[in-house]
Amino acid sequence: MNPGASLRRIVALTKVRNLEFLRDRSSLGWNIVLPILLVLGLSLLFSGGGKPLYKVAVATQAQVLTAELHPFLDTRYVDFIRIDSADAYMDKLIHHKVDMMIDLQSGQYWVNESSPKGYTLERMLVGTQGPALQRSVVDGEEIRYVDWLVPGILGMNMMFSCLFGVGYVIVRYRKNGYLKRLNATPLTAFEFICAQVLSRLLLIIGITVVIFGGTVWLLDLRMQGSYLDLFILTLVGAVAMIALGLSVSARVTSEELAGGLLNVLSWPMMFLSGVWFSLEGMSPLLQRAADIFPLTHLLNGARAIMLDGAGLGDVLYPLVALLVMTLVFMLLGATWFKWTSE
Amino acid sequence: MLLSRGCKKLNAMSAILEVRNLIKHYPNVQAVNGISFTVGKGMCFGLLGPNGAGKTTTVEIMEGILPPTSGEVLYKGEPLGRRFQEEAGIQFQNTALQDYLTVANQLNLFASFYQKTMPMDELIEVCALQPLLERDSAMLSGGQRQRLLLAIALVNDPQVLFLDEPTTGLDPQARRNFWELVERIKARGKTVILTTHYMEEAYRLCDEIAIMDHGKVIARGSPGHLLTEHFNDSVIELPAEDFRLDAEQFPLKVLSKRGAVEIVTDDVEAAVSALLKHGVSLSRMVVRPRTLEDLFLELTGKELRG
Repeated sequence: MNPGASLRRIVALTKVRNLEFLRDRSSLGWNIVLPILLVLGLSLLFSGGGKPLYKVAVATQAQVLTAELHPFLDTRYVDFIRIDSADAYMDKLIHHKVDMMIDLQSGQYWVNESSPKGYTLERMLVGTQGPALQRSVVDGEEIRYVDWLVPGILGMNMMFSCLFGVGYVIVRYRKNGYLKRLNATPLTAFEFICAQVLSRLLLIIGITVVIFGGTVWLLDLRMQGSYLDLFILTLVGAVAMIALGLSVSARVTSEELAGGLLNVLSWPMMFLSGVWFSLEGMSPLLQRAADIFPLTHLLNGARAIMLDGAGLGDVLYPLVALLVMTLVFMLLGATWFKWTSE
Repeated sequence: MLLSRGCKKLNAMSAILEVRNLIKHYPNVQAVNGISFTVGKGMCFGLLGPNGAGKTTTVEIMEGILPPTSGEVLYKGEPLGRRFQEEAGIQFQNTALQDYLTVANQLNLFASFYQKTMPMDELIEVCALQPLLERDSAMLSGGQRQRLLLAIALVNDPQVLFLDEPTTGLDPQARRNFWELVERIKARGKTVILTTHYMEEAYRLCDEIAIMDHGKVIARGSPGHLLTEHFNDSVIELPAEDFRLDAEQFPLKVLSKRGAVEIVTDDVEAAVSALLKHGVSLSRMVVRPRTLEDLFLELTGKELRG
C-alpha cells in the first residue's frame, strides 16, 4: 500500500462527504436546531422552581422509613429517601440534589449552609420532638438541572448523529450501488471506513463545539474542569459511537433493517445512559446494563469534568471503556464489511 | 498444426483479457455455465444475450466485482489484482453517485483514487461535460448522466473499459451521441467490453461479439462473419395490409411480424416474381440483408428484450 496515495484518497472522500452533509440543508439544520431547541425548552421547563417538596436522605438499617425511627420522618410535604450509607450520598447534598441528610445509626444530620431549603428543614427538625441529632455542615454550590442536562442533550445528539449519520448512510450507499462503484476503484475498505469516521468526527465535533459554546454563553453553564479534557473525552466518545454505527452497517443491505437496528441501540441509550435523569435511582442490574453503552461512559466522564472539576486522570475508567469499545467496534466493522449487497 | 500453434501464440500475446472456464452458481441458478474466451487488445468486444442470459454476471466477474464459483479471469496474463484496478475503467448498468455533488466534484473525487489519470481538460472535452461542470449531478438528464458515468470510467485513462448496457433507457438521439463517444474512445486504442440489448449498437461498435444464452456462449465472431456464416439469404419486408393473400397460397414461407410480413429467401428475384404474380403491391417493399437481430432470434429463439 502506498501511504501517500492512501492518504490522498481518504482526504478526498472525507471532503466530499462533508460537502454532501453541508449542502444537505435540511439535515444540517436539523442537526443544529434540534439540540438547541431541546436545551432551551428543557431549561425553561426545569429551571422554574416551584417544586414544593423537600428532599431528605435518611441512612438507616431499617427497610422502611417510619415515624417510629424518628418523629421527624412523619413531617408532611417532605420526601424522605432511604439510603444505606451517608458517605456515598454526600455528593448529592453538596450539589443540592437533596436538602438534608440524616444518619440515624450515628445520630447525625448534615445540611448545606448555602441551601435555603436546608435551613428551613433544620428549623423543622429542631422543632420536632425525638432523639437529638448532632449537626454537621457541608458546603457546595447548587447544580442546576440544566447544568446536568446539557451534557446529556449534546451527548444524545452526538449519539444519533454518529449512529444514523454513518450507519444509515453506508447502508444507503450499499443498497443504491455506490459502494459497488467505489469497489471498482483502487480504494480499499480501510480507506473508505477511515474517511467516514473522519468526516463524521469533524462535522459532529464542529457542531457540538458551536452548540456547547452557545449554551455556555446563554445559560451560564457550570464548568469546573478543563475544556481541553472535555474536548479529548468528547473526541474519544464520538469515535466510539461512529465505530458502533460502522459495525452495525458493515453488512446490512436494507435501510429498514438498518433503521431498526440503530433504533434498538439508540433508544435504550437515550433512556439508560443518563441523558434525562440520573441512573442512581435505577436498579443495579439496569445500571450494570447501561455500562455496555458508549454514551453512558461519555456522559459520566463529561459530567465529572464539567460539574465536579475532574481531570483526565479521574475519568480514566470512562476513557478506557470508550477506547476499548472503539477497538472492538472497528474490528467488527472491518471484518464484516461488504461492498455489495450480494 | 504448426500454423494453429502459431495463431494460438499470437492470440495469447495480443489478448488483454482471458476468461477461462468461468462458472457462477447462485442458489437454484447457474448464472454462468463454463464459458471461455479471450479479448484482444484494442478491440471492442460485445457480449449479447437476452435478460437472464448471464451477461452482467460474466462482466462483473471480469471486472473483479463478483468472485466466480470456479474458473479464472486473467488480465495481461495475470489474475485480476491491483494493476487491473488501476488500469480498468468500469461503467455499471446502474450506478448511484454521492448526493449534493457537482459534476466537477464527482470527477475530482474519482480522479483522486488513481495513481495515473487522464488530464481533466481532455476528459471533460472527450465526454462533452464543459457546460455541466458546476451542475448538481442529480440534476442531469439521462444522456448527460451516462456521459458523466463514462467520464468517471475514463478518469484513470484505462486500458480496458467495461460498458454494461450503457445506452439502455436513452432516447435515440442520446444513444447515437453516446455511440460517437465510444467510437472516439476506441480510436484512442482502448479495449472496450460492451454488453448491450441493442443489435444496432453491437453491429456499429463491436469488432467481435459473443452471444450468450442460459449462461453459455452460443456464437462468437465478428458481426459480419457471424452473419455470413449463418445466413446466405435476405429478407423481403412488406406492410401487412399490402399482403392480402392467404399465406398458405403463397409458395414461399411468410412470417407475420408486428404489422408487417417477412419473406426469407435466397432468391430475391424469384420471390419478387411470385409476389407480382399474386398481385401484391411492391411500392412499400423493403429488401434487407439479415441482421444480428435475426441471428439472435434464430440462435436463442427469443426476442432480444424478452
